[in-house]
Amino acid sequence: MKKFNKVVSAVMAAAMVAGALAVPASAEDTFKIGGIGPMTGAAAAYGNAVMNAAQIAVDEINEAGGVNGAMLEFNAQDDEHDAEKSVNAYNTLKDWGMQMLLGTVTSAPCIAVEAEAVNDNMFLLTPSGSAVDCITAGDNAFRVCFSDPDQGTASAKYIGENGLATKVAAIYDSSDVYSSGIYATFKAEAANQPFEIVAEEAFTADSKTDFTVQLQKAKDAGAELVYLPFYYNEASLVLTQAAAMDFSPIWFGVDGMDGILSVEGFDTSLAEGVMLLTPFSADAEDDLTKNFVAKYQELYNEVPNQFAADAYDGVYIIKAALEQAGATPDMDASTLCDALKVAMTEITVDGLTGAGMTWDASGEPTKSPKAVVIENGAYKGL
Amino acid sequence: MKMTKNFKNNLITYAIVIAAFIIVQILQSTGNLSSLFKGLLVPICVYVILAVSLNLVVGISGELSLGHAGFMCVGAFASAFFSKCTQQAIPADGLRFFLAILIGAAAAAVFGIVIGIPVLRLKGDYLAIVTLAFGEIIKNVINIFYIGKDSNGFHFSTKDQFSLGMEVDGTVILNGPQGITGVPKNSSFLVGVILILVTLFIVLNLIDSRDGRAIKAIRDNRIAAGSVGINITKYKLMAFTVSAALAGMAGALYSHNLATLQASKFNFNTSILALVFVVLGGIGNIRGSVIAAVVLTALPELLRGLADYRMLIYAIVLIAMMLFNWAPKALEWRERYLGRFFRKSAKEGK
Repeated sequence: MKKFNKVVSAVMAAAMVAGALAVPASAEDTFKIGGIGPMTGAAAAYGNAVMNAAQIAVDEINEAGGVNGAMLEFNAQDDEHDAEKSVNAYNTLKDWGMQMLLGTVTSAPCIAVEAEAVNDNMFLLTPSGSAVDCITAGDNAFRVCFSDPDQGTASAKYIGENGLATKVAAIYDSSDVYSSGIYATFKAEAANQPFEIVAEEAFTADSKTDFTVQLQKAKDAGAELVYLPFYYNEASLVLTQAAAMDFSPIWFGVDGMDGILSVEGFDTSLAEGVMLLTPFSADAEDDLTKNFVAKYQELYNEVPNQFAADAYDGVYIIKAALEQAGATPDMDASTLCDALKVAMTEITVDGLTGAGMTWDASGEPTKSPKAVVIENGAYKGL
Repeated sequence: MKMTKNFKNNLITYAIVIAAFIIVQILQSTGNLSSLFKGLLVPICVYVILAVSLNLVVGISGELSLGHAGFMCVGAFASAFFSKCTQQAIPADGLRFFLAILIGAAAAAVFGIVIGIPVLRLKGDYLAIVTLAFGEIIKNVINIFYIGKDSNGFHFSTKDQFSLGMEVDGTVILNGPQGITGVPKNSSFLVGVILILVTLFIVLNLIDSRDGRAIKAIRDNRIAAGSVGINITKYKLMAFTVSAALAGMAGALYSHNLATLQASKFNFNTSILALVFVVLGGIGNIRGSVIAAVVLTALPELLRGLADYRMLIYAIVLIAMMLFNWAPKALEWRERYLGRFFRKSAKEGK
């Protein structure tokens, strides 16, 4: 009996090895863009938004005649928001013949993938990996979104320069690279600003449903403004629980707050007066945003968030860089990367998340954050 | 020297590992190995070691442990921390990695003893629940540590990275829930295979030794074993600690393969995954654990072509394999229809 098990195992192993060994032939008339992000699991909302929006952009570009006469091809792989799986996804895409990578979506896996991409000299453009370390391993990596420190510094400056409050409380997610990364620089910059941090309360991914303790401490400390550098799902709970305890300071969020008006079952009147820094707002009146939001809603039946906007811009940034470099699809990934590295510092892109975006060799984008306030259930520029 | 049945069986296990290594090396040198498979080699080694080490506790010692990822976590963090700190002091990669593996295994062994002493007084379901709790505790304890290093030495905090109070030249090494980033990538398939062989050597020899027989006697009948004078606590603790140390070794291999390491990876899902390897490969069957770990680590990646259905298919395959291996009806059916093909070889094997 044991023998039989062994035979079955051996046959299966052999079949799998054979499957793994098949090296795919690469088509030479298309640019192959890989995408990595969490499409299943707890962070799936972000990964799916990125992949959907990237596909929209790729289809648009192909309809309009492609890049330098060649079509784009996009292949999205799931990483379950796990660094190990992310590297597997990266290797899968390499086997597919990927020439440049739009990803990864989340920060921790991005750090792991970037370490691999540097060795291969693969061009990497992360739409939404905002941790500093995502693109620091080499000169092959660029990003679309703001880095965490930029947001923290910008928030502290905005609060200080506009004299919004003198006593500030902050609540942040210490288990999240994004949230604690922003908070770290917010706190550093706050020392130079004319306000005082009277309470700093952390929570973790395991305890992100009850914020009454943190809010009570902020209330007791007499905070006039509460800084919320985390995503909108938790923020909606914070606002609801604060309303229940009659605590109504000025709320100040970052780009992760974008989307709060579309949380199901959330009383949006509670979000009145919330200020946030965001590069993208789905309610903006320009043609580019209107067109993108309409298309996204038609195809996927939901309002695109900032992740989707970053990804959409990401594809157009790659297009602009390819055109600048005069790249052709028969170039291999490494040659393409060398060309794109130079081209990235020469291009200026007008996108959904900012006008006149430029990059330097470090890979960080230069664009100005927009502050908005929620009034009558809609964003209003400040 | 007369070869005993066990000895021969063990040799086959070693031979399978070495043969797999040689085949992979040949494929690699001829350029026939896909990038995906190259990337999977080290994780496969990690999970093989983890499965074999857990089999020592579950299969040989007969205790259901649901917190094995906790020991892997300790090993991963201890070794990664060591490597980060000594990157300048010990420039030789090989030596540093060797020491890191030893430190990872030793740290996990210490945790094995500390946790084992109170926990092994329990039996069955109670033991399973308490090990599950300890696994989560280890993860959460590591989550609150912030450790930085500057010209004055180490700084330590359990609050946040600002309370470290470092000089400007300081770097944060362990950053709470964000873990350790920038661990040098020292793990390779060769090191992985050597560690598998070391693990197999330790576990298989322990099983066949006098101590191993004592451990199995306790598993089979605790009261009878106690009545003939076997020190129950000592032998159970021995199996538990060796297993923890090996899991720590797997952790060291894991942490030196990725540029980023977070404690959240070592939650009870990882413990259950290791248990699935053991159960599917056959409880107490070391070679089975090796094969099950290889198959189940590679399977979800090789199913990527199925896109959205990937995880569904993986789950169904898991259930089907489990039924095929363990359901009484399936065993009967196999005996009746497939048995005849293997009867001859089975006779030789037995």
